[in-house]
Amino acid sequence: MTLADYLQLTFVQNALLVGVLISLCSSLLGVTLVLRRFSFIGDGLSHVAFGAMAVAAVAGMTNDMLIVMPITILCAVLLLRSGQRAKVKGDASVAMISVAALAVGYLLMNLWPPSGKSNISGDVCTTLFGGTSILTLSETEVLASIVLSIVVMIFFVVFYHKIFAITFDENFAAATGTNTKLYNLLLAIIIAVVIVLAMDLVGSLLISALVVFPALSAMRVLKSFRSVTICAACISVGCTVIGILASAVFSTPVGSTIVVADLAVFGLSSFLGLILR
Amino acid sequence: MALLTCRDLSLGYEGKAILQHVSFEVNAGDYLCIVGENGSGKTTLMKTILGLRKPLSGTVATGDGLRQSEIGYLPQQTLVQRDFPASVKEIVLSGCQGRQGMRPFYSRADRELAKENIRRMGLEALANRCYRELSGGQQQRVLLARALCATRKLLLLDEPVAGLDPKVTAEMYAIIRSLNRQEGITVIMISHDLGAALAHATHILHIGSTVYYGTRQDYLSSPVGKAFLQQGGVSQ
Ligand SMILES: Nc1ncnc2c1ncn2[C@@H]1O[C@H](COP(=O)(O)OP(=O)(O)OP(=O)(O)O)[C@@H](O)[C@H]1O
Ligand SMILES: [Mg+2]
Repeated sequence: MTLADYLQLTFVQNALLVGVLISLCSSLLGVTLVLRRFSFIGDGLSHVAFGAMAVAAVAGMTNDMLIVMPITILCAVLLLRSGQRAKVKGDASVAMISVAALAVGYLLMNLWPPSGKSNISGDVCTTLFGGTSILTLSETEVLASIVLSIVVMIFFVVFYHKIFAITFDENFAAATGTNTKLYNLLLAIIIAVVIVLAMDLVGSLLISALVVFPALSAMRVLKSFRSVTICAACISVGCTVIGILASAVFSTPVGSTIVVADLAVFGLSSFLGLILR
Repeated sequence: MALLTCRDLSLGYEGKAILQHVSFEVNAGDYLCIVGENGSGKTTLMKTILGLRKPLSGTVATGDGLRQSEIGYLPQQTLVQRDFPASVKEIVLSGCQGRQGMRPFYSRADRELAKENIRRMGLEALANRCYRELSGGQQQRVLLARALCATRKLLLLDEPVAGLDPKVTAEMYAIIRSLNRQEGITVIMISHDLGAALAHATHILHIGSTVYYGTRQDYLSSPVGKAFLQQGGVSQ
């Protein structure tokens, strides 16, 4: 089959659409996350989501999103709330929460093995690499990601200047009348929702890559917040499209192909950054 | 009513007091200079006035309808990430953020104000440069321009001239003075530059083992003031 043939397939079209939207959202949020030293929040929150799933399974709940979403949002809020004024800094607090959630979840599953779930390590693996592959998306999932992405993009455009002010100097922003608590809370909720939904679609490994790589690549070369944000979004979308197409043509795993594409761009921009300096 | 009233403040970290029984008032149009030795608690006091920290006891009250968004602030140090991509323009403009409320974008007036303050601080040539690539003194001027953008009624400055060359220092004092005299902006400044502090300020707050608050003239003739000035080698 040629590339044109692949593009005729509905599941490839869906994968491209959802992939582009998710990579756009996560790279926009990624710039502020990387600058706040929360690069690994995607990974951390996915572990939290796993812990919450364990609680839901042990409690015998059928729809575990009812418990996964609130717990993950709560953790995101706790992590991001205090921002620059936190006692435990970003990377350490993410590590603490993620390891703790993983351990508690695993322990619960071992103590009270939920009926019908015998393969615990399989579940852990699923949260890392995505429950449903991006190539087998249902119509509801496609619709959900479109709605979510539009909400995130509107949020980002409307709050862009506030996000910059708070990310650059939270104390100054608070001292001169910006409601930093409110915006940190909104940001935390949006991040948690994006991560939980995207995790299910593409896996937490890819989410972490989509958050950090485009932002870091753009920061190598560009020097203003606006240019970095725009460039990160473009890089992210480009790499995802290339990754999905390449994986279809060469039949490689989608997630890792996208990550490799991001890695290649990062290498390229590091090189560019060195020359331009 | 006074713009700012601090009553019997005790400040400290983790419950341990570093400064006790501080009371003073700042009226609209005042130029208050806070002096004291390193580690006496000047920065801590300023953060408490701004509401960034809670006092151990005592109260900070604002009057005259002063809102947080009418305050400009120059921090003593800003812990900016080493790799933060931000241009001088973007940073100065962010000084207008407090007034935006829920409005998403800056108005033309905000942009003009930012431009004006960039010019005032002599930063035109650096406007598109990246903040992290500037020298310490240049960075200080960027943050001053940002503070001026935020200022409507009250300007708080924590060691504004630290790291500035003599020429810019003199210009800086002239700008602060004209803001205070011509535009009626109330100034609270922390400074180790006693000569300049005494030349411009209307009131002095001396903090340390003894706390003194009064007008400049009273301070000069007080025992605390005399002793402190002698150490600093400033003759009056
Ligand atoms: N985050 C902190 N935790 C604990 N103690 C602190 C903290 N920040 C400052 N201190 C202590 O509080 C005291 C006052 O500090 P502050 O920064 O207010 O001094 P300052 O008067 O501004 O000094 P300088 O002239 O050097 O700027 C110092 O003794 C300092 O050790
Ligand atoms: Mg200080």
